[in-house]
Amino acid sequence: MGRKLLLEHINVPGINTFEVYREKGGYKAVEKAIKTMSTDDVIEEVKKSGLRGRGGAGFPTGMKWSFLAKPEGVPRYLVCNADESEPGTFKDRYLMTHIPHALIEGMIVASYALGANTSYIYVRGEMMPQIRILEKAIAEAKAAGFLGENILGSGYHLELYVQPGGGAYICGEETALLESLEGKRGNPRIKPPFPAIAGLYGCPTVVNNVESIATTVPIINIGGEEYAKIGVGRSTGTKLISASGNINKPGVYEIELGVTVEDFIYSDEYCGGIANGKKLKAVVAGGSSVPILPANLILNTINGEKRLMTYESLSDGGFATGTMLGSGGFVVFDEDQCIVRNTWNFSRFYHHESCGQCSPCREGTGWMEKVLHRLEYGHGKMSDIDLLVDVSKKIEGNTICPLGDAAAWPVASAIRHFRDEFEWHVTHPELAVKQNYGLAHYADPLPAPVEA
Amino acid sequence: MLRVEEKQEINFSADLLNKCGEIVGRYPEGKQKSALLPILHEVQAVYGWVSPEAMDKVAEFLDIQPIEVYEVATFYTMFFLKPQGKYVLEVCRTGPCCLVGAEKIMDYIGEKLGVKEGEVTEDGLFSYRGVECLAACGYAPVLQIGPEYTFYENLTKESVDQLIEDLKKKN
Ligand SMILES: Cc1cc2nc3c(=O)[nH]c(=O)nc-3n(C[C@H](O)[C@H](O)[C@H](O)COP(=O)(O)O)c2cc1C
Ligand code: SF4
Ligand code: FES
Repeated sequence: MGRKLLLEHINVPGINTFEVYREKGGYKAVEKAIKTMSTDDVIEEVKKSGLRGRGGAGFPTGMKWSFLAKPEGVPRYLVCNADESEPGTFKDRYLMTHIPHALIEGMIVASYALGANTSYIYVRGEMMPQIRILEKAIAEAKAAGFLGENILGSGYHLELYVQPGGGAYICGEETALLESLEGKRGNPRIKPPFPAIAGLYGCPTVVNNVESIATTVPIINIGGEEYAKIGVGRSTGTKLISASGNINKPGVYEIELGVTVEDFIYSDEYCGGIANGKKLKAVVAGGSSVPILPANLILNTINGEKRLMTYESLSDGGFATGTMLGSGGFVVFDEDQCIVRNTWNFSRFYHHESCGQCSPCREGTGWMEKVLHRLEYGHGKMSDIDLLVDVSKKIEGNTICPLGDAAAWPVASAIRHFRDEFEWHVTHPELAVKQNYGLAHYADPLPAPVEA
Repeated sequence: MLRVEEKQEINFSADLLNKCGEIVGRYPEGKQKSALLPILHEVQAVYGWVSPEAMDKVAEFLDIQPIEVYEVATFYTMFFLKPQGKYVLEVCRTGPCCLVGAEKIMDYIGEKLGVKEGEVTEDGLFSYRGVECLAACGYAPVLQIGPEYTFYENLTKESVDQLIEDLKKKN
């Protein structure tokens, strides 16, 4: 059994209440930080831990914190990104539902470290039940003296508020989130300036994912060095993985970074294998935005090494034969799934969610959706496949925010690894609307032809 | 888009005004516009949608231009700009859910209610629509019903029948 730092007490009845959470050692990190550590000490521990942002990009959290500008007399803000909308990702919702105090405690520790006196948790609007849960947890923590004026007699004061979004994936992008929190449309800002210099209301701001913030609690409790002993290389600690699709046991799992992908999919401790005795066809390992990989390439790297659940191992091979850990949204496809249909579905998603500011993203996502739709419904041409590759290349890198890339990668990777299935849709239009292509040769140890 | 369905006489109740006042208190002096999304949610919870008249009232309350409210209300998918059924069944239609049958469940709901996506049933009780990933992919297929956004997970035809039956009985 791997070590559990975030979900250790998940099955304790009443762990969602302050009393039980406290009995299980909750709020000790706040006491330790505020009573015995300077703000720089806290940042130093987080740096030592090697924690990398759990929202998708994997940027080192301690480093992000140390970039925060600290001009005299200007307030600083911590904003928690609880917008969780990346298809395949549902770990933050799980954590907030079952152990809300883990996030509240993390918010206090992180706000203290950053010198923020007002912090916000931006929760996607559809999570109204979780918003109520967090508001209750905040009230409990405040009643116990962990929030508000003069926390634990230290003179430090902090107010914590929950902000609902309005149903827009793009508000997960940190500058769109800040716009939204200011009561505007969620249009990403052009960077620089980065939020660390000019974020919420133009003030220095740190935006962190729910899991990143909650993880600062065990880091303070056990120490950064101890935390960094878990994991492999620069992938330290534990990570919440949201597992969905055609597996026997979908759900949220806390893994030590470094378990093999094979174990994660097939062992009873985690996904428990492919459902209904089917075969594995493909995996999207880090949320819908990362490249999809066929079975052979997700289980082993191109060099035949077992792939591990780490930032480095999953991205081994770059975009030609690798993928990314991303947000840890692990979506498993069995042999009956149609790659063309799924790619169309994802394209529709990105088209729907594009904020519309940049033409490559606004027009390109719509174009890809349309072409994929006609391929899926048997009206496609062979040239459509290259057209899709071309459009995806023209979006990539040419937009204000990474949503453009996020829309391009799934399409480019699906064609790279499953081109024959796309071609079959063109050559067998009647069959393609009735049945699926199936597994074909993807489980072969031989990699699909690649173009770097 | 902002065509008026039926002109609404809007008078925010004391309750709603209190709530809005409390929300504005969460932000620094002069940043009351931050209250816009939370307040629109409160307004929709009371009226079932956000009418142009309600948006004007919100603008007045926050001391911002009406256009600032319209541009926000039209950007975010959760705000209804037209009256809806009393219960809006919002079914996730994104990839991971589709791997385990979300499309079939959505078709079934349409068949069962006898309306198209976005239309309201004759008794005014139901409408349904597809929405994007609800961060519940491990419990797919899923749907939610506002204004409290109650979740219904691992849907089957039978559980959909039951849900619709239960909601009808409440009325
Ligand atoms: C289109 C888009 C959507 C995103 N959605 C989320 C999200 O839902 N949750 C999240 O934590 N980060 C999301 N991110 C990443 C954030 O911009 C940001 O990097 C992250 O919140 C930083 O937190 P971390 O360093 O703790 O990971 C998204 C980024 C993009 C480009
Ligand atoms: S890339 Fe797309 S989502 Fe991002 S700013 Fe441009 S149009 Fe908006
Ligand atoms: S895809 Fe349906 S909840 Fe995520």
